[in-house]
Amino acid sequence: MTAVAENKPAYDGKVLDLTGKSGARAFKNTLATVLIVLAFAVAMIPLLWILFTVVSKGYHLLLSADWWSQSQRGITVRRAGGGAYHAIMGTLIMALITAVIAVPIAILGAVYLVEYGKGTRAAKAVSFMIDILTGVPSIVAALFVYAVWITVFGFNRVGFAVSLSLVLLMLPVVLRSTEEMLKLVPDELREASYALGVPKWKTILKVVVPTAFGGIITGVMLGLARVMGETAPLLILVGYSKNINLNPFDGFMGALPTMINQDRTELALPNAADRVWAAALTLILLVLALNLLARLVARFSTIKSK
Amino acid sequence: MAKRIEVSGLNVYYGDFKAVEDVSMTVEPRSVTAFIGPSGCGKSTFLRTLNRMHEVIPGARVEGKVMLDQQDLYGNGVDPVAVRRVVGMVFQRPNPFPTMSIFDNVASGLKLNGVKDRKKLTEVVESSLKGANLWNEVKDRLDKPGAGLSGGQQQRLCIARAIAVEPEVILMDEPCSALDPISTLAIEDLIEKLKDRFTVVIVTHNMQQAARVSDQTAFFNLAATGKPGRLIEMAPTKQIFSNPGEKATEDYITGRFG
Repeated sequence: MTAVAENKPAYDGKVLDLTGKSGARAFKNTLATVLIVLAFAVAMIPLLWILFTVVSKGYHLLLSADWWSQSQRGITVRRAGGGAYHAIMGTLIMALITAVIAVPIAILGAVYLVEYGKGTRAAKAVSFMIDILTGVPSIVAALFVYAVWITVFGFNRVGFAVSLSLVLLMLPVVLRSTEEMLKLVPDELREASYALGVPKWKTILKVVVPTAFGGIITGVMLGLARVMGETAPLLILVGYSKNINLNPFDGFMGALPTMINQDRTELALPNAADRVWAAALTLILLVLALNLLARLVARFSTIKSK
Repeated sequence: MAKRIEVSGLNVYYGDFKAVEDVSMTVEPRSVTAFIGPSGCGKSTFLRTLNRMHEVIPGARVEGKVMLDQQDLYGNGVDPVAVRRVVGMVFQRPNPFPTMSIFDNVASGLKLNGVKDRKKLTEVVESSLKGANLWNEVKDRLDKPGAGLSGGQQQRLCIARAIAVEPEVILMDEPCSALDPISTLAIEDLIEKLKDRFTVVIVTHNMQQAARVSDQTAFFNLAATGKPGRLIEMAPTKQIFSNPGEKATEDYITGRFG
């Protein structure tokens, strides 16, 4: 050994294995990756399949102006022509009434659960009821409204009755999602507001709800998307009309799901089949358009960083 | 502005748990009072009783008196909202309102309490931001979100927000513990300036900070885990750090304590 060896060597000469994954771990990693990608693909297949089929079979009717401006008045299943205006308006009117009733109740209910009733017996009872309500099938909601609206009060089958039953379906969805969004607002923000001498109600209105606004909007859209496709309440509470009826308090009313249902019975006829696909695509586009609108609203209501 | 706080025989409970026991002290106006002590000794809890912020936690209650000059903050008919208008607070983590611009953050206390006069708001925002040593850094981007500032700037924004409502007292709960040394220095300079106008109470884990910024220092401690925190000693800061009256205080500030 030379004198150099007396000093502490800069390197001890041992080579560490820094190449990373060992065989077994690399295998597990690959396996997990493959499984995750497969699961994703399996989830995507039906979705893309439906979208592709609906778009490819339905788009050509949507290209005509008649589709957006005419009703099915006087058009039999064998004939082509007419449009979906009556059904689009029917769906939009009933969905709008539903939202106007359900959204305020749902948001106020969620505010109560998160801000006021936390941990109280009343809040727990409400939460439990909402959970049950989430699982109520649409036909049960429809029959409940039928029993109250028509059997007890003696009113006629009208669009408004449909909206009432859709409220029962939309309310729990919006309330639950709003509740989760309000819970995500950090307590520090509430305390910051209290520390400025701001009362609790104003803190909720001006700090908590605006902070959760984007999430609340998403919940409202999910709720709307759910009720716009419901068919059972329509069949039971308003029937179907091929004519344009914009009055939710009088007479039968067209809607996209019932329009699909109407022509579905004659699917062997090419004109009827075309209308079924076109109506389905229209319903999807309506939900999409409302979604985009809501996102725009949410974006313009938040403060821009650039 | 700036009022004296006199606390006598204060106990704080969370449900059945007694968190702070028998605290009596006087906080002088236009001065900085620091609370030091180990974690869990109740100094933050005690601080929050000075503007009734502890009541936000369900089950929290107090016994004893907190007098702001001659008025009992826990007297009959006293509204906690009104108390917090005169006793402001700055929190450990900067918490600007994420949906509001820098301007609106500073103006929020006034706006949410009904002030609409744009000219008055503009004046208050400018003077508050200047008071918080932040004006020069943000004056060209008042309409940008408050959450886009750096941590230190956000904390000064929160201080500007707190002083915009012209409180008598400002409570600070470890205002620098989430900040870097440069930002900490900026806040400490600011505290020095704030005491010309306000009564300032600051909780800190940093003993050098207490020594640098405060006039009076209160040392809190607890006998054991699960026991309530107590005020061990309160004295002028110089005296606490040079010649403490209690052995426990000396052990803590010299680092011989857990």
